[in-house]
Amino acid sequence: MDSPLLPHGVKRCSTWAFFFWTLPWLALLAWGGLSAFLCLWKGLNQTNMSNVFAFALWIVFDLAVIALGAGAFFTGFLTYIMGQKELKNIIKPAVIIGFICYSGAMAMLGIDIGQPIRGWFIFWHANIHSMLVEVSFCITCYLMVLAIEFIPIILENRKLEEIKELRIFGHSLHEIMAVFAATGTFLSFFHQGSLGGMFGVMYARPFAAREGFYIWPWTFFLFVLSAIACGPCFTILCTKLTEFFSRKKLVPDSAIQLLAKISAWLLSLYMVLKIADYLGWMYGIIPRSGLTFESFFREGPYGVYLVVCEIIVCGILPAIILMVPKGRQNQGWLIIACLLNCTGIVLNRFLFIVVTLAIPVMPFDRFWGYLPTWQEWGIGFAVIGYGFLLFSAAYRYLPIFPKERELNPITE
Amino acid sequence: MKKGNDHGKHKYGMVIDIDKCTGCGTCMVACAAENNVSVRADQSDKERTITWMRLYKISNGKEFPHTEVSYFPRPCMHCDHHPPCVSVCVATATKLDFNTGIVSQIYTRCIGCRYCQAACPYGARYFNWWDAFPQDKGMDRYLTPEVSPRMRGVVEKCTFCHHRLMRAKTLAYAEDRRELEEGEYVTACTEACPAQAITFGDLNNPEHEVSKLIKHPFTFRLLERIGTEPKVYYHSSRDWVRKLGDNFLPGEYTPVVNKTWAEEEWSTKPGRDEF
Amino acid sequence: MTPFSFEWQWNIEYMIFFGLLYIALGIIGIGIIVTVIRTGLQALGFMRERHF
Repeated sequence: MDSPLLPHGVKRCSTWAFFFWTLPWLALLAWGGLSAFLCLWKGLNQTNMSNVFAFALWIVFDLAVIALGAGAFFTGFLTYIMGQKELKNIIKPAVIIGFICYSGAMAMLGIDIGQPIRGWFIFWHANIHSMLVEVSFCITCYLMVLAIEFIPIILENRKLEEIKELRIFGHSLHEIMAVFAATGTFLSFFHQGSLGGMFGVMYARPFAAREGFYIWPWTFFLFVLSAIACGPCFTILCTKLTEFFSRKKLVPDSAIQLLAKISAWLLSLYMVLKIADYLGWMYGIIPRSGLTFESFFREGPYGVYLVVCEIIVCGILPAIILMVPKGRQNQGWLIIACLLNCTGIVLNRFLFIVVTLAIPVMPFDRFWGYLPTWQEWGIGFAVIGYGFLLFSAAYRYLPIFPKERELNPITE
Repeated sequence: MKKGNDHGKHKYGMVIDIDKCTGCGTCMVACAAENNVSVRADQSDKERTITWMRLYKISNGKEFPHTEVSYFPRPCMHCDHHPPCVSVCVATATKLDFNTGIVSQIYTRCIGCRYCQAACPYGARYFNWWDAFPQDKGMDRYLTPEVSPRMRGVVEKCTFCHHRLMRAKTLAYAEDRRELEEGEYVTACTEACPAQAITFGDLNNPEHEVSKLIKHPFTFRLLERIGTEPKVYYHSSRDWVRKLGDNFLPGEYTPVVNKTWAEEEWSTKPGRDEF
Repeated sequence: MTPFSFEWQWNIEYMIFFGLLYIALGIIGIGIIVTVIRTGLQALGFMRERHF
């Protein structure tokens, strides 16, 4: 039915199969749409957020997808600035994943603020001392960059490419992509960092507070590093997932292996610095506030096991697997390591957001727990549904894997 | 960020005598009524109710008959040094006024991102999860005309009854005075406390009672070690109460006992707990 | 956000923050404009179309 829209020389499932494939993701989107409507109409009382958990599931989701979406800027940086030609095979999916993550996060933030109509006050009445302002500015600008990087990919569609002006526009954009990639790298560096800075600067919350360099707490640098360590892994995971569902090889191993190797080095460096950061915090900030490390985990479901998981199971372990050539060359181990790496980063964000707020600072205050409502889950899952939908549509209608034809010749 | 506000003219603050506080909650009621704090039919969800002034019950944790119970009334601390909530606000909706020391909140500019709530260790900031007041119940007739009610989706907090300062200033201006007398401007909770446990005044004015009280060794602040420099002080003769004002590692807390100030007329009983 | 808005402050932190912001926005804007002009020139035949 839609065969004139499909890329040349590749095999795609039937229109009906694609239609049924989109149904679950459309259902997720509908759930999210209903939740969003309720939250905007009735207010944030639809959630289980409270004066204690001012930040909750949505902010965890936001920070998680933005960290995972870092693959876009980092792969772009490696491809266009560092000249890693091999990565041209994976840059397009990386950009699309980045676009999905950032636009999804922006949409969630729009619902998360209590007065969405006043969202523009962040830009108009900007308090430049707030890390969140830096985050908002950079994310907005970077979303523009991602949209610009996405346009030439869309224009490669078979039907669109037939229009001369659009084709030329796409090619011209592609030619100066390095400029956009560089701008994107600058913007991403600062907002990934500021997302970490957001928590490091909360000096009255000893669980999150960190010392740092000039105006940037250590979390600033750690968040940048962790994002570029897990971003490529998330890109690998998404590619593998597409390969699994389409039952084809789409990206040459050399590109995947290069990303995995870079990720391994970055993750190892991150683990070393993160452990140093933990130690510095345990022997510096915590005792200075009159607390001990154990005192944070005395109550509630958030125990030391989260830290152990973050550092050992989801940090050191994937770093070792990815570092050993035999480990990352084995498909199964590679996927496990990528999964663990991404989980570790999400866990790190969770610790900084939910656990920080759950721990009372005043000695006579009590510990509070938090469970999200279906409306909160709905909006979170809607981002996942949106991601699947957009990515599968992009895979179906755009030639996002340049080596697909070469790797899967159609023999008839 | 300019540091501190010692060069400012006034620095309003309060001292709460915990030994006098009976935990009756009048301060909470007076505060809520004075400041048009929104209420709902069911106020049992304590994580989401708005209580600018909130009582925390504390206990020395001992078995009967040695059990002692006290209360920490907790308004906004109006932190004097780099308030954690001010620098994080994205829309510059909250500000430390260097002339009065009051941390203000502009409700019509707040976008409701709640970053300030996350940054405040005292839990003094409250978000409006619901629309301000039950509709069509005629409750708007009970509103204080000087205080704007807040809309859904913004953060609010204790303002040290800033409108009372404005009122006192207007009065002084009409009477051709430049300065306010002590007691001309006090908060609603100060006025309402039946035990007179709250003293309010200008910490920069050595004549004011508060600036004398804060020099007393029994006086302390909440979470002093974090360095927020609150302008709300607490006063207690009991060591276990003072110890609960901050986090201490074992052996770090030094009790205040048997000092010469015990003879001073306004001091209460010296520490009677052993630590 | 603009220097003409009443929020603008003449201090160094503002200059750095908004300076960097406007540089980034400027690069993005100029990049788009250049691309549009080049597209126009190529489409009208004043410039040779490049192929990949």
